Amino acid sequence: MAGAGAAERGVVRFITCGSVDDGKSTLIGRLLHDTRAVLRDQLAAVASASRRRGLAMLDFSLLTDGLEAERAQGITIDVAWRYFCTPRRRFIIADTPGHEQYTRNMVTAASTADAAVILLDATRGLRAQSRRHLLIAHLLGIRHVIVAVNKLDLAAYAREAFDAVREEFDRVAASIKVPAPRFIPISALHGDMVVERGARLGWYEGPTLLEALEAIAPLETAAALPLRFPVQLVCREGARALMGRVAAGTARPGMEVVALPSGRRTRIRDVRLPDPRREQAAAGDSAAIVLEDELDVARGDMIADAGCPPRPARSFEARLCWLAEEPLDPRSRYALKHTTRTLAAKFASLESRVDVDTLEPRPVVAGVGANDIFRARLAAPAPLFADAYARCRATGAFILMDEATHRTVAAGMIE
Amino acid sequence: MKLERGPLDWLESEAIFILREVAGECANPVLLFSGGKDSIVLTRLAEKAFRPARFPFPLLHIDTGHNFPEVIAFRDARVAELGERLIVRSVEDSIGRGTVRLRSPGESRNAAQSVTLLEAIAEFGFDAAIGGARRDEEKARAKERIFSFRDEFGQWDPRNQRPELWDLYNARVRPGEHVRVFPISNWTELDVWQYIERERLAVPSIYYAHRRAVMRRKGLLVPVTPLTLPRPGEAVEELWVRFRTVGDMTCTCPVESRARTAAEVIAETAASAVTERGATRLDDHASESSMERRKREGYF
Repeated sequence: MAGAGAAERGVVRFITCGSVDDGKSTLIGRLLHDTRAVLRDQLAAVASASRRRGLAMLDFSLLTDGLEAERAQGITIDVAWRYFCTPRRRFIIADTPGHEQYTRNMVTAASTADAAVILLDATRGLRAQSRRHLLIAHLLGIRHVIVAVNKLDLAAYAREAFDAVREEFDRVAASIKVPAPRFIPISALHGDMVVERGARLGWYEGPTLLEALEAIAPLETAAALPLRFPVQLVCREGARALMGRVAAGTARPGMEVVALPSGRRTRIRDVRLPDPRREQAAAGDSAAIVLEDELDVARGDMIADAGCPPRPARSFEARLCWLAEEPLDPRSRYALKHTTRTLAAKFASLESRVDVDTLEPRPVVAGVGANDIFRARLAAPAPLFADAYARCRATGAFILMDEATHRTVAAGMIE
Repeated sequence: MKLERGPLDWLESEAIFILREVAGECANPVLLFSGGKDSIVLTRLAEKAFRPARFPFPLLHIDTGHNFPEVIAFRDARVAELGERLIVRSVEDSIGRGTVRLRSPGESRNAAQSVTLLEAIAEFGFDAAIGGARRDEEKARAKERIFSFRDEFGQWDPRNQRPELWDLYNARVRPGEHVRVFPISNWTELDVWQYIERERLAVPSIYYAHRRAVMRRKGLLVPVTPLTLPRPGEAVEELWVRFRTVGDMTCTCPVESRARTAAEVIAETAASAVTERGATRLDDHASESSMERRKREGYF
């Protein structure tokens, strides 16, 4: 029930990822069903579709596989968003594809996620895709990784099957210096340890998957960083107000700030929020800021903590994921969007390609193509005001767009 | 005073950010406003995003000619209150031009709206159309980006969507192409009602319980209107009902309800066992994939 207590719940965004047939869609269907987010007419549609396919029990994956093409092929081909809540938390799930050529969709979904649930088939163990999922979750700065070891019903719910997968995965995580993920044995098909504990995994004493997700506090860390306020628009009616969303830190009246790129210093006179009773805007809040002095500030500029501004850089190193079908052309100029600012950028050098099987850096020999993860140095005609992505997602991330086709071709994370 | 931020504040800030990105990135945007609850929420979010300045876009209503009169009256009252410009383009005119052809005069004009919308987008050269669609409404919508690219035919290609990373939206289009932008993508029906209650937003009266003559068809309650008359032998009952969506009169059905305030609707919605579209839209029942097909063709 909504109502009392609703305002105290935070929002947790998580991605689910797994290889084809690891049972991802079934797990999401199970989460939605067991948290009562599935309604009667949806359930009736699933029941009749399951019968048409000659299945004896409900196929929960039919709840989430939305598009005709993937229903026909039986795989999830794009990111789908789902919503459910418990008395403690609001959840947004991004269901990401496990199919080889769709890495870009996982990168897309991971870019906004607080947590990742990596699904493994206990009877098949780790695969190349699992390593890639772990790498991408790590690369995209996801701090909470949960490995759900699925299909334990096919392994007689044996502890040995779970332990074997866990040990193998731990070795991979250690090799790329990722903090140890949490492991949970589950059967998405029968519902064990997803929302309910079930009766068949008595040897496991940790939290269920839902309990582990509920325990994640939405990132408060961004609000504790120095202020970063990228300007979206300037309102010229009445007092000149800078409109934007706080990317990091907290904006308070009286605090000393610097306007970038001009470098002019001033103080915040007033902070206006959607809820007029609030006076401070923290990371995530849309706000309008009025400065003590009327500086010449425009869209794409940034208001930052005067004591700890971001570093300006016309040339910088980044890790990127190439998203486009057409290969990277090192001679091309791309449009780079960073915060609310778009400028031209070129590749100064391609440093190395990350081998997603061994996770080792490799020389860039045959160029960069779709789904490649690589390190490069980029150059721009004017300085970017950025933080390292590992420290601050919102000011460390950028995208590249093709100047001719306008397609988004790469996701970048500044080092 | 330090106030806690809840999920509604998070959703509100996200939507305001998206609306301001449209204003910053697009040359000629428009906001689709029907007088329905989702677009009412959008107008409130636009007030929070842009006031004291005027909206950086006009409002556009695609009038099917099959709207409930209460909704059209509400639309005009809300536009007057906002003091913004409303453009109305009607399916009737597309029929007159011959670009929409109906098999029978009384049939649903829901799908025909796409034609009129695309004609309006071409007429004014809009490069972005902001809409109130939510991902929780339907399976095909659950896969759509917040900035969703449409080609020169107005079509959505679900297999070829632009990757959408962080909050770095790509609004770039060539002449003739446009983006649909959905600021409340991440909201659920319950969020919308909670926002209506929190912001004390007025909505058309038919969203709340009223007495209405209805017929029972395929498990739905079909309202008796000039366009939906009882068939021979069909019983007409007068019940307490409210509408959960207010689309084309020929395919929008109310649910039984006694909820007369937003708070009572919230209590009902939270306990509801049927999705919004399942309870109220005859057209979505047609096939498992009907929404996806219509979206590909340029539907909202």
